Amino acid sequence: MSMRLDELNPGESATIVEILGNDVIASRLMEMGLIDGEEISMIGRAPMGDPTEFSIRGYRLSLRKTESSRVLVTKGA
Amino acid sequence: MPTATVSETSTRTVALIGNPNTGKSSLFNALCGLNARVGNYPGVTVEQKVGRLTGSKLSIDVIDLPGTYSLAARSADEAVAVNVLSGELAHQAAPEIAIVILDASNIERNFYLFSQVYELGLPVIAVLNMWDRVEAEGLTVEAEVIAKRLGVPVVCTSANKRKGIDELRRTIEQTLQSPRTKPASAQLARAQFPEAFHQEAQKLSEWLHSNGRKTSLYKVDRLLIDSDGHFQKSLCQSGLHEINTQIEQARERLRVAGCKVPMFETKARYGWIRQLIDGAVTRKETRSASSSDRIDQWLTHRWVGMLIFALIMFVVFQSIWWVAKWPMDGIQWIQGLASGGIEAFLPPGALRSLLVDGVIAGVGGVVLFVPQIAILFFFIAVLEDCGYMARAAFVMDKLMTSVGLSGKSFLPLMSSFACAVPGIMATRTIESRKDRMVTLLIAPLMSCSARIPVYVLMVSAFVPAIKYAGGWISLQGIVLMGMQSIGAIVAIPVAWLLKRFLFPGEPATFLMELHSYKWPSMVVIYQRVWERVVSFVARAGSLIFCTTILIWAACYFPGDHRLLDESVATLEQLQRTQAIAPVSLEQTQIEENQIREKQIEEKLGEVNRLRSELIETSFLGMAGHRIEPIVRPLGWDWKIGVAVIASFPAREVIIATLGTIYSLGTGEDEKSQSLQDQMQQARRPDGRPVFSLATAMSIMVFFALCAQCSATLMTIRRETNSWRWPIFSFVYMTTLAYIGAWLTYQFFESWS
Repeated sequence: MSMRLDELNPGESATIVEILGNDVIASRLMEMGLIDGEEISMIGRAPMGDPTEFSIRGYRLSLRKTESSRVLVTKGA
Repeated sequence: MPTATVSETSTRTVALIGNPNTGKSSLFNALCGLNARVGNYPGVTVEQKVGRLTGSKLSIDVIDLPGTYSLAARSADEAVAVNVLSGELAHQAAPEIAIVILDASNIERNFYLFSQVYELGLPVIAVLNMWDRVEAEGLTVEAEVIAKRLGVPVVCTSANKRKGIDELRRTIEQTLQSPRTKPASAQLARAQFPEAFHQEAQKLSEWLHSNGRKTSLYKVDRLLIDSDGHFQKSLCQSGLHEINTQIEQARERLRVAGCKVPMFETKARYGWIRQLIDGAVTRKETRSASSSDRIDQWLTHRWVGMLIFALIMFVVFQSIWWVAKWPMDGIQWIQGLASGGIEAFLPPGALRSLLVDGVIAGVGGVVLFVPQIAILFFFIAVLEDCGYMARAAFVMDKLMTSVGLSGKSFLPLMSSFACAVPGIMATRTIESRKDRMVTLLIAPLMSCSARIPVYVLMVSAFVPAIKYAGGWISLQGIVLMGMQSIGAIVAIPVAWLLKRFLFPGEPATFLMELHSYKWPSMVVIYQRVWERVVSFVARAGSLIFCTTILIWAACYFPGDHRLLDESVATLEQLQRTQAIAPVSLEQTQIEENQIREKQIEEKLGEVNRLRSELIETSFLGMAGHRIEPIVRPLGWDWKIGVAVIASFPAREVIIATLGTIYSLGTGEDEKSQSLQDQMQQARRPDGRPVFSLATAMSIMVFFALCAQCSATLMTIRRETNSWRWPIFSFVYMTTLAYIGAWLTYQFFESWS
């Protein structure tokens, strides 16, 4: 079941399915290591609800909703 | 292009490149000391930093390239990095080695940039920095295995603790002295690109060659991969317009062949990295970084996080305000002492005036900023090095996006409320160039502490002391608060306009790495503070000093000062005699003292009258008369105009200038009752008072919005490496100030 990365709750993990679009944001996301098949987990949101902290490839990355909503993931693998 | 045959006596060049936040500047400082030459790459506002490697027999220049995640050449920074590394930049020797600095605690992502640099064909040294974090984060990294697989030297360092630096120095020397080898193309990540892409790259390379544009293979790859990339644009600008259709057709063929651009590149590179580090980098299952997570639970917590953030900011800004006050008072005291000393030794005249009002005031005006800069950068260095800075940006991002900026702009803007100079210098922590420029351009609108004396003087003299709510709220307080916030309010639409019209295009991304917390390193903090202070004093300082001298000259010449000098000499003689006159009860003595007292008063009046006459006939006074028609709609007379021009080096000067013009002698301060009285009594030729509430309000609004601070403008010049931006700031802020002051005057005139 696919969903958007920004729909994950704190502590949940998912596998990346696709990065939507091929503009600068998509390229940047991929350069930072968000590639299909990679596992990503949601750590927590900032006090005002955005951005969100994720863990991927052993490091922590903060993404805004406008960026994380470009990532399709699937939960439970 | 220099080759290995270059004699050992000539200067060799190496380049340092890496992701942001990998400790690149610490490593650079460790290698080269603090004496870097800072300049600008021709044509772009990308900073060029070159240092000389210390402790080496060879003379080796180290180029510090801007921190970047990728060499995709979408931004100016990235294009500069590619051009420098491929030796295609005029006035810059081609580097013989690319030193790639990698965060050892985040190897996988950091090797992405490495895989690109590796393809440029330069000898490469991989530096695994932050080695001290590896163990702390439960990682094991086998550097030898990686070195063997790559076939390049790998050095482990902890730049902030000065560990591994000597080994890196030796490795650089060895690599420079050994014959140059190229990596086998099968070793590159590029080898894992799809076959269809290799064919297209070959075709495009041949096409470019036949069009007289021999292009390196790496650039050909970039042309095909990056949509709207930097190299495509520059080829187009050089007249090769067909490149666009060539690339489009090639991309179309790739699409049909099932090769997804640009996704295949990142996929191939990360695949290559996985093979490279397979078995060489392992992570313990139990994350020992969890202590960092526990801290984070609180620091980014919904309420507690905000509270801690507010608390930290409170401490930082209170320090800029109050802790800096002591050394600043000290500086002013020394300044007074120096002026006093000169006045005691030199007779009144042009030389004395130049030394006291020009040189000492100029030097003082520069040094006065040092405490605030040092304190702010001390805190920035601590917060950045321990890892909180990224969290602060994370916490504030939502708020700042509402004005089109990112969380990283918060601290520079907040510091600008104390003083825009350190605030503008702090914009360096913003990686996005556009965000940085917008932040830097609106920072001077924040109400700095130098505006306060002006507000206090105007408010206490002209705003009625009406109290509301049983004395709890005063009108004066409200006006003061309004003046404090007006700049920040105006900054919101200004930021929006700047973003919309001057820095459009690429939507700002906010992909930010959140490192785990660690203890800050004293070496790093010391270096950061030192570097910033030196950079301010040496570069902005000289310009601030020059402006002060210029304004002094405009104020002093061309008037004939002989009369004034004579009067001052007589006055000083009288004052000296009075000071040593014996205190006695004898009638004659008392009378003598009283007579002298009277004489002093008369002379003082004469000196002040002469001073104000001389100002009126000085170049500045002429300018004031000249601009009177322009400032009249703001409700000002020529004297206010003069005071405003004279306060260009620093806002707070207006108080002393008003004092001089209204014949009170220098040394007035904002609470000075006589200055307030004098201003209240000042009359226009038609008998109306010069200062009404409307005029006072219009002056305050003007000061709130204008760029009346040469230190700020010179810092903008220094930080952007161009005269364009200080001129732009000055023009836009002065226009805003003029319109604001005009509207304010018209409003209060019609209202009262």
